[in-house]
Amino acid sequence: MNELAIKDLLYKLADDQLILGHRNSEWTGFGPILEEDIAFSSMAQDKIGHSLAFYTLLQELGEADPDTVAFTRNSNQFHNSQLVELPNGEYDFSLIRHFLYDNAEIIRFEMLSQSSYEPIAKVATKLKGEVKYHVLHANTWIKKLGSSTEEAILRLQTSLNEALPYALGMFEPSKYEQELIEAAVYAGEEAVKAEWLKRIQAVIEKTDLKLTDLATIEPKLGGRYGEHTEHLQPLLDEMAEVFKIDPTAEW
Amino acid sequence: MELTKENILALLEEVKDPEIPVLSLVDLGVITGAEISDQGHVTVNMTPTFAGCPAMDYMKKDVERTLEKHGITDHTVIMSFDKPWDSNKISEKGRKHLKEFGLAPPPKYDLILDLDILEHVKCPYCDSENTDMRTPFGPTLCRSMHYCNDCRQMFEQFKPL
Repeated sequence: MNELAIKDLLYKLADDQLILGHRNSEWTGFGPILEEDIAFSSMAQDKIGHSLAFYTLLQELGEADPDTVAFTRNSNQFHNSQLVELPNGEYDFSLIRHFLYDNAEIIRFEMLSQSSYEPIAKVATKLKGEVKYHVLHANTWIKKLGSSTEEAILRLQTSLNEALPYALGMFEPSKYEQELIEAAVYAGEEAVKAEWLKRIQAVIEKTDLKLTDLATIEPKLGGRYGEHTEHLQPLLDEMAEVFKIDPTAEW
Repeated sequence: MELTKENILALLEEVKDPEIPVLSLVDLGVITGAEISDQGHVTVNMTPTFAGCPAMDYMKKDVERTLEKHGITDHTVIMSFDKPWDSNKISEKGRKHLKEFGLAPPPKYDLILDLDILEHVKCPYCDSENTDMRTPFGPTLCRSMHYCNDCRQMFEQFKPL
């Protein structure tokens, strides 16, 4: 199997989790209610742990150590989808993004747990159980708030419309897509997207929200190969602030 | 002490979860095995409960310290996902200790975990199943928060995974 293809896959998984993990951590101390503060903080911790697991696999393939990879690259070297780097906005936007993202992430992990590349399969088997709780959290709140007050529904609908083009960007195919599919390493982005659509539809149908026909939306692509919004670099600068002052600091 | 797998695991019984001091890492299922080479080198295998658990590094060091305290200096402690942890790996003794500590033990499940079982977790104080889940995220990654409608107390559960 082409090692570059495996690395490409690992980088996108790791970077998505790291960047959304960081965004989630920005809710610490600011959640609308205590339980949500704790929920987003816990998911931050989980996701950064997940990124560490994937960066560790990359290190085993000859890449630099996880801290160096996480803290020393510039935005144009990151492989995350643009969806995860967008600022948190208000709670409605963070919740919608969390819903759209984690429903895709769990499918990736479910499919990767069957991967012919054993190191990824082992990690994915473990992580899919953890992401289950993230999906449960997102779906519960979307169902509750998506059929509650007029303001809540309007806010969620506006955020959903805003996030969808970026959410479709999550499924930007890899340069090695066919190769990964043929080697049974990964089922591929089209397969993930089809299953994702079914699952988010099933939740949205239970609310007063409407899902725009995805065929009419232009996906925001480019994130997988270093094209990012102006929001990523400031996030990286903040995340790496301590590391850049003293790479040996422990905190 | 003769270096055998059983003896190593028995002495590691004294290493407890730093946040649940009644629960040993062996009973938690985080220590997955021990091997002794012909040359007497001891390898202890561990696996994290949750990948992002910040206590894992501490636990690994605690295992190393305990081995050394018992005179075993030739050792390697490996943390890996080779035998991934799930909550069914908590021993019966571990479950009993969790309950005594006031944490509802995770229910055992067959093959596939359906999170619906979180809805009516048995209260560790009064054994009632008339409980509601308040949030799947608690004070640590491995705990969820629940409310008992009978004894009217909040309680935590060690999450099934």
